[in-house]
Formats: sequence, structure tokens, C-alpha cells
Amino acid sequence: MKSAVVVFPGSNRERDMAAALTKVSGTAPMMVWHQDTTLPDVDLVVLPGGFSYGDYLRSGAIAARSPIMAAVREKAAEGVRVLGVCNGFQILTEAGLLPGALMRNAGLKFVCREVKLSVANADTDFTRAYGAGAVLRCPVAHHDGNYFADPETLARLEGDGRVAFRYADGTNPNGSVNDIAGILNDAGTVLGMMPHPENLIEALHGGTDGRGLFESVVTTLAA
Amino acid sequence: MKARVTVTLKNGVLDPQGKAIEGALKGLGFAGVGSARQGKIIDLELDETDAEKARTDIAAMCDKLLANTVIENYSIDIVG
Repeated sequence: MKSAVVVFPGSNRERDMAAALTKVSGTAPMMVWHQDTTLPDVDLVVLPGGFSYGDYLRSGAIAARSPIMAAVREKAAEGVRVLGVCNGFQILTEAGLLPGALMRNAGLKFVCREVKLSVANADTDFTRAYGAGAVLRCPVAHHDGNYFADPETLARLEGDGRVAFRYADGTNPNGSVNDIAGILNDAGTVLGMMPHPENLIEALHGGTDGRGLFESVVTTLAA
Repeated sequence: MKARVTVTLKNGVLDPQGKAIEGALKGLGFAGVGSARQGKIIDLELDETDAEKARTDIAAMCDKLLANTVIENYSIDIVG
């Protein structure tokens, strides 16, 4: 699987993401600077976590308007898989590639801890390595992860199985509506999620619960 | 020309920061505060001299960047 990780000023999880992609897919991703205007020929584009542009204006707002995003939009339209984690999820909503918005955590505090995630839809390109209803551990680290969408959008997401992950066992760390932790676009090719699966990849991390996400994409693309 | 853009959260969108401000005001003994909502102000200096044109330009800036219209409303004041 060929992948690219987009690096914005203030990204800080791009190396974790690159390590996870390398370990699971066997191929190192290409790192692409946000000022570039083209993406290489890849199967997966990843927007990593961090604090792009210092979260100025709104988290992800300025990164979503940076030069590379036109190319990301084009790839997404072609059906290339796009994954946004944490700040990457915020950027995808700000760019209009995913619906809704990520607001300040309901508790107002930055949360950095481990949560439980249930796989709300195991029949997606990003989740099929997990069993239906599987519950996994996953770290979160964010200040603006409180997912919000208007009732119509929410009904559409729920009705179409576009909620990929939910916070489980009462671990919702941010007040997200319906415990939403990750959602898909209508084609099921773009996933945004607040938790960090790239940080639970090998035994030294304390677990490998995050691997399934990357394995799912690798398996999907190999099929 | 100078203009002021005010960005506020839409009604019905939970504003935890506003809630915290409301709680702190009540804690200070300001009993008459029904609610507080937090927003932002962006002051712009523009080359444009025609107020109507400036207003149209600023609306485009708001829709494209300054406000997230999923959760926020904006208003534009030409201030001089």
C-alpha cells in the first residue's frame, strides 16, 4: 500500500503515523508539505494529529485552506482513501470533506488519556479487521473533540452506518453527540476520528488495538 | 475602510466556554446573568472604499474562512 502523510506547520503526530504505516503496510509513506500542490500516486492520504497553525481561528480552519488541500479534495473525489486523525479530523470537517464540526470539549479541559472505542460499523474499509461490536483501547489527546452536527445530518450519519467508532463504556471524554468518535463520508472512503490508533501498534506501546484500522485499509486495497 | 466581523455560535449549539463564564459571573455574585455566550471579533482594514462592495467581499471571507457556518453565525459592521 502506497501512502502519503501531509505535514502542516504545527503537526506533531506525523512521525507516529509514518511509523504505524510503515510497520503495518511494510512501506514508508511519503511526507508531503502543506505548501505543495500535488500529491504522489498513492492509495491512502493521511492528515495527522497536532496543532496546525496553533489552532488559530478554529482548530483545523487554516490548514483546511492550505494549498495541498485542493489536491486532497481531488484524491478524495477519485475515491482514494483519506484518513484524518485528531487535528486531521478537524481539518477534514473544516474542509467540508466530512460533515459537522469539532467543538471545545464539554469539560473545557484538554484530555490526554485512554478511552474505549466500540466499532459501530465493522463493514467499512477502515474497520473490517475488527469484529462487529468489537471494543478496543485507544489513546486520545485533544481540546476540541466534541463532535457536533445538526439533527438532520446526525440522522443521516446514523441511518447510513457512517459512524465508524463510538466511545464505549462511559469513556466519552469530550461530550460528543451520540458518543461519536469517528465518522465516514457518504462513499465510505474518508474517515475522520479523534482517537489515535497509530499510538497503539506494537507491544511496546502497551497494546496493538490500533493495528486493525491500518490492517483493514491494507486488506481492502489488496482485494 | 475599516470593518468589524462578529462571529457567534448559533442558537442550540452548546457553548461550554459561555457556560463557564456564566458560572463564574454567578460565583462573583452577579445574580442577574441569565446566560453568557462567547464569540469572537475580527477587525479588518480594507483597501475598498465602496461600503456595499466591502460588505460583499467580507461576506465571502466569512463563508470561506472567518466563520464555520455549520456552527457559527456572523455579522458585518462597516466602522469607518
